[in-house]
Amino acid sequence: MVELQAESPGEGRLPVTAGDLRLSEVVRERMTWLAPYKGQAAALSEAMQAAHGMGWPKAGRMTGRKGARAMWFGRDMALLIGPEPDPGLAAHAALVDQSDAWAVLALEGPGAPEVLARLCPLDLRDQVFKRGHVARTEVAHMAGAIARMGADNWRIMVFRSMAGTLIHEVETAMRRVAARRNSPREGADRAHHLP
Amino acid sequence: MRLVCPVCGERDRREFYYQGAALARPDGSDWGPDWEDYLHNRDNPAGVTRDLWQHEQGCGAWLIVTRDTVTHEVLAVALAAEAGA
Repeated sequence: MVELQAESPGEGRLPVTAGDLRLSEVVRERMTWLAPYKGQAAALSEAMQAAHGMGWPKAGRMTGRKGARAMWFGRDMALLIGPEPDPGLAAHAALVDQSDAWAVLALEGPGAPEVLARLCPLDLRDQVFKRGHVARTEVAHMAGAIARMGADNWRIMVFRSMAGTLIHEVETAMRRVAARRNSPREGADRAHHLP
Repeated sequence: MRLVCPVCGERDRREFYYQGAALARPDGSDWGPDWEDYLHNRDNPAGVTRDLWQHEQGCGAWLIVTRDTVTHEVLAVALAAEAGA
């Protein structure tokens, strides 16, 4: 009998480092799309609060905490990350399992916004894109999402089938940013202009 | 060019897909001059125009963008679901 082995999207390709930057795979969690039925958004938020301890996230934001989080994921769409969705949510929203559909990478280290700025058209300055913010955007020409989990801790998501391309693109950008930061003159100049 | 998505805020043009003129769909299903206009005839205004755009790489919302083809000024962006195409 064939023994099938589950593989994560970045299996064998991560982590990668460049200078102080590190790209790694986030431990896979249960992920469920929540799409509230017409007029059910408030009821869904209450049901989420009761069952999982977090309400519906505003556009571009996350609610909850590590292990049980709701991430805004589009117009009238959020991603429940962590818990198995409470069956009661199905009364107010369409639920779609996304656990194996996305490659979820963590980019950490000083200069991470400079790496992301090479890949997406978002304004990632500290005063604009803060901890707890999330955006659906174009990541290296792929439809994806970027979220900020901490000062130097970011999440990058694209469809799982594009994991290899994403890793290649991010790693290339990381090496270039690291090279600039390590170059004595450039490094000093750049450090001056960082947000 | 940047558009202010009513859901996401100001975003780069690369995130958007351009569909074309935002036209009111004619009433009824009988063929007539209204339908012919709707399907085939487009104005090419030098000035204010209303287009349908989609925030394809962002929130996915369809938008009605009012803009000026002469000055390139973007005058308004509204959700198509609320503004009516």
